[in-house]
Order: sequence, then C-alpha cells, then structure tokens
Amino acid sequence: MAAHHILLPAVLNGLLTGAVYALVALGLTLIYGVLHIVNFAHGALLTAALFAAFFAHRLLGLDPYLAIFVLTPLFFLLGYGLQRFVIGPAAHGEDRNILLVTLGLAVIIENALLFAFRADTRTVNLPYGFEVLDLGVAFLAVPRVIGFCVVLIVALALWLILNLTDTGKAMRAVAKEKLGAELSGIDVGHIYAVTFGLGTACLAIAACLLIPTYYVNPHVGNAFVLVAFTIVVLGGMGSVAGSLIGGLFVGVIESVSGLYLGESLGQMGIFLIFIVVLLFRPSGLFGERA
Amino acid sequence: MFRPYSTVSRRRFLQSTGLSAVAVAGLITTPAILRAQSATVKLGVLHPVSGALSYSGQQGRLGATMAIDEINAAGGIKALGGAKIEAVLGDAQSTPEGGNAEVEKMNSADVAAIVGGYASSICLTASQTAARYDLPYVVDVGVADNIVARGLKNTFRFGPGFGVIAKTAIDNLVVINEQAGKPAKTVMIVHEDSLFGSGLAKLLNAQLPERGFQVLETIPHPTPTRDFNNVVLKIKAQSPDIVIPANYYNEYVLLARTMQQQRVRPKAIYSVLGGAASSYKFVKEFPEAAQYIMDCNHWFDPRSAKALALKKKVEDQGQFYTYEVYMNYSCVLLLADALERAGSADRAKITAALESSTFSGHVMPYGQTKFVNGKNQGAATVNTQVLGGDIQVILPPTFATAKPVFPMPA
Repeated sequence: MAAHHILLPAVLNGLLTGAVYALVALGLTLIYGVLHIVNFAHGALLTAALFAAFFAHRLLGLDPYLAIFVLTPLFFLLGYGLQRFVIGPAAHGEDRNILLVTLGLAVIIENALLFAFRADTRTVNLPYGFEVLDLGVAFLAVPRVIGFCVVLIVALALWLILNLTDTGKAMRAVAKEKLGAELSGIDVGHIYAVTFGLGTACLAIAACLLIPTYYVNPHVGNAFVLVAFTIVVLGGMGSVAGSLIGGLFVGVIESVSGLYLGESLGQMGIFLIFIVVLLFRPSGLFGERA
Repeated sequence: MFRPYSTVSRRRFLQSTGLSAVAVAGLITTPAILRAQSATVKLGVLHPVSGALSYSGQQGRLGATMAIDEINAAGGIKALGGAKIEAVLGDAQSTPEGGNAEVEKMNSADVAAIVGGYASSICLTASQTAARYDLPYVVDVGVADNIVARGLKNTFRFGPGFGVIAKTAIDNLVVINEQAGKPAKTVMIVHEDSLFGSGLAKLLNAQLPERGFQVLETIPHPTPTRDFNNVVLKIKAQSPDIVIPANYYNEYVLLARTMQQQRVRPKAIYSVLGGAASSYKFVKEFPEAAQYIMDCNHWFDPRSAKALALKKKVEDQGQFYTYEVYMNYSCVLLLADALERAGSADRAKITAALESSTFSGHVMPYGQTKFVNGKNQGAATVNTQVLGGDIQVILPPTFATAKPVFPMPA
C-alpha cells in the first residue's frame, strides 16, 4: 500500500530520529568500551535527564537548548559521582557485580521518579515546537533538525576528546589494557568515573533535544534504551563512529520498515538487520575484530 | 438530590425535622436501626491510583470522594439516621490482581458496596471477586461489554458499553456528514494494537462500508509509539476525508501534533473514545493541534447546573474536569440513593435497591437510571468538538451547545 513518493520523507525522518538514538547509544558505547560493562541504568538516567529538562523549563523558564549548557555538566558530575562512589566501590572489581549494581540503580531511579512525579505524562509546549522546514519534498520539524545538528557536533567533540586530549588517550589506554595503563601511572578509578560521567552527559544532551517534541513519564527511557543497545552492538562496541552511523542506520531502517510493514511490525526490521549483522560480522560494523 | 444548600430553606427544614421524627420513631419501635445509626456506612472506592493508569485512577478517586464529602456535608444518609459515608480507599495498581486484592480487603473491612475499577480488565475481575461475597459493585467506566454479560447479580454499570458507544459514534458520523451535504467518503483508521484499539478498528471496518464510507487503510501501532511521522506520511499520501484515531493519551497527542506539523488537514479528525480528544488537558496544552477535533465519548450533561457547579469546584482545585471525575461522582450519588431507598446497609437490600433504581440526580446526559441485567439502559455518549479552546457538545441535539464545524475550515 505504501507509496514510493513518501519514501524520501520517511528516510529523512528516519535520519532525524536516528540521530537521537545515536546520541543515547554514544553514551552507552563509551561506557561499554572503557569499563567493559553494560550499563543497565542508562534508560533510567535518560528518564531522569528528561525530567530535569522538563522542570528546568517549567520552573526556571529555561529553554531546553540553553538547558544543555546547565544540565550537561550537572549530569557529568552525577555520572562521575555514581561511578566513583556507588558503582565502583559496590562492584569490588567484579564485572558481574557492576551489571547488577547498574540494574539496581535503574530500579531505584525509576521508582523514585514514579514516587515523586506520579505516572503522569508531561509535555513542554514551545513557540517553535511546531515549526517546520519546507524542503519541497518533505516537511522537517525544526526541533528535530536542530537535534540532528547538535548530535553531529557532540559526536565530533567526543571523537576529538578521545583522540586529542590526554584524558581521551588515557581512556583509550584503559580500554585497551587496564593493567598496563595502571602501571604507566593512569588513575584507572578516575578514568572510569570520567567515562561514566561523559556517557551520562550524553543523556542530558539527548534529553534536551528530545523534550521539545516528545513527552516524559517515569518509564519513557526504556523505549530508547533497547534500540540503543542494538545500535551499540550493530556499530561495534565502543566505537564512536559506529554508534553514530549505526544510530542513523537504525533510524532509517525503523522508518522505512514501519512504512512498508506497518508500525507494529516496523520494529522487527531493526532486529532482523541486527541478527544478520551478528551472523556475518559479529564484532559489529565498525568494531575491531576480536 | 444531595445538592449542598448554603442556607436552610423552609422545605429543607421541614424535610430534615420530618426525617428525624421518623428516625426517633424508629428508635423507639425497632432497636435494629439503633446500630445502623451509631455506625457510619462504609463504601469501597477502588481505582488504579498508581501504575500506568494512575492519572485516570486519581481523577476517578477525586470524583468519588467529592460526592461523598457533599453527601456527608448535607447530612449523610437520612434513611439511616444521617449516617455518614466513610470511604474505604483502594489502589488497584493498574492490574486486575491489584483490584482483586483490594476487594478482599474491602470485604474484610465490611463495606456496604464498592464503586470504581476504571479499566475494563480491573472491573472484570474485581466485580467477580465482589460477587463471591454478594457485595454490590458499581462499575464507573469499564466499557468492555462482557463485564455485564456474565449474569453477576451484584454488578451494575452506570456508563455505556463498547457496543452502544461504537453504534452511536457511527450513527452520529453519518448524521454530521449528511448535514454537511456528504462531503466525506473515505476514512483512515489509526489505532493502538491492543484489545481496545483493535476491537474498535474491527467494528469500524465492518460497519463503515455499510454506511457509505470507504476505509482506505487501517494502521495499527504499538503503545508506546515514539514517532508518528510515518503514519502521518501515509495519511498524507492517501489523503482520506476523515481520520479516525483510537489510541491512548500520549499517542493521541503525538499523532495530532505530528499531523499539525506535517500540515495534514483532513475534513475531520473524528475519534471514538479518543485518548485525548475530549480532554481539557490536551485542549489547554495544544490548542492549535486540538482545534476542530471531534470525539464520541463520555461527557457530562452540559445543561445540568449541578454538572457545571461540579466543574467549577474541580477546576478551583486546579484539576481537570475529566470524565473519570463526573462518572465516579454520579456513581456515588447513585449508590447513596440506593442506600436511602434500601434503608439499610445490608448488601442484599442495596442490590435490590440498585435493581429497581430510577435515579436521575446524576450529572450525566442519561436521564432516568434503569438497570437491565446490570446495564444502565439510559447510559449514552455524546459527540464533542474542540472549538475555540473549549469543548462543546455537538450531538445529540438535545444536549448540544454548539453546531458541528465540518468540514474543518482550511
């Protein structure tokens, strides 16, 4: 039934949606790449960030795009503190424990939000919330186009941090060879916490980009995190470029398969591609061969 | 019937003194009433106030407790010597099991009857559990028709069921279209893919072609759906005359916003039990996206002074006047009326009083109550339309406060 002349708008929309997926996945892949753990609290932290962005607008009148500059450092500190004082010490150096601790954190954060704000759905109404760019072939929502550009900038910034700064080099060193890094004088605990902080900061940015067109309730983060996990595996665990390309790719796949298979089955497209990639390229599109 | 009076009128004075005289007489002759008089009447108020349905549940509880407060302020249940109603609040936690557990607790707490449930699934199980104890159960919303098709003597549904609602919706759509000179011929249905949306889509798909509408496409989507751009693109490609959404609040709002964004303007957006279509919250937060949307849904009687007084009272508390509020408010009044006529908190007597109820002191456009197999024969829905930042009733003509604007102005 689907007409071909709406394919192009669907692809463009997929790219815009995929950019936000990519940002959520970036945070996840960073944490995985360096700490070698899957952070189950990622979704709950995204929800928390969405609430923060919502209340920054509601109570302080802060525009979500300006809130990026306030919330990103705050969430960096939150992530840093969580790893340094909660996850790290509670894990006692065992990866299994870290997994469980992050899972526990997810449960605590989600239920605390539910208790504090009830299950109500909240939305922000901004004057530019409904503005669109008319490309002739498609209308693109302005907030989503802004989101797309910001994600590209953030991905570039992350790549620069990882490749050009000392901290970035230390992070890569820890990721490759933890013991070796420790022996050369790198404070591994600190680098772990910085990485977790950066991952969490990505969520704050994603939240600020999402809130103008989306809604927030205490369960909303989960909808993104399953997709983000898929992207991380698809793009190659720990790869910044992989997350970005993988996110955009998944966005387009979701959009196009939604168009042809229907929204209920559209999600299937993502996972079909996911399985195919795992079969033929188990380390992901951009992952290094194991 | 239980309208709160600010001043004591002559008639009211006579009434109450007359009643107390009866009560005194009763005191002397039958000691049984002595017990009823000293005690309060306990009423179970069951809603999903936490979990996925918490917003609706909290609104329902608000309506029920407001009615109880008004009854108590006006002198309680007079047939029981002015016994006050004591609410036993229960949280169904948005699950049928949660509802069941609360019914058990309420039964142990010796409630005279239960009101509420909200979701069909909760109403189904809670009323069945209550039936084991012959405990009268008044369903506040629960639209699934099997709730009152199981022959349970204790279960009464005050509001309309799915079948009645869908029939009214289609009849009214035909009327609106004919009045405008039949500009609409094609329809697209966007529905959420669980029981509620799929059931409705199936019904519409079967009945709309018989009534002269061509269904171009039926698009199901899961709850939650993150993005409606695809759905809206499909609508745009087929450009149907009418779009019929059947989904819950979040998705409804996302869909309407995306349609506005993509400049998709069919001749009408017409929903049946639309998640947000006749919600003051939606209209207030997104007035432009909501403008001209029509809905066939539960609604209060706009001509009733009592309904409008309640609206003001609810809004003064900073709450939205949603259907959960006035339906629960009405259900509690219905039960209080049954208590008055039963003259007792005995469960069997209350059930009998509900069976013979002709109550009309509610705030709904239902007229007199008449239960047949637990179904209120008077229960009905109306059609509403969002017009100029407010929600107006457009059909049936007896309750209408505005004329339908159809097709939507470009």
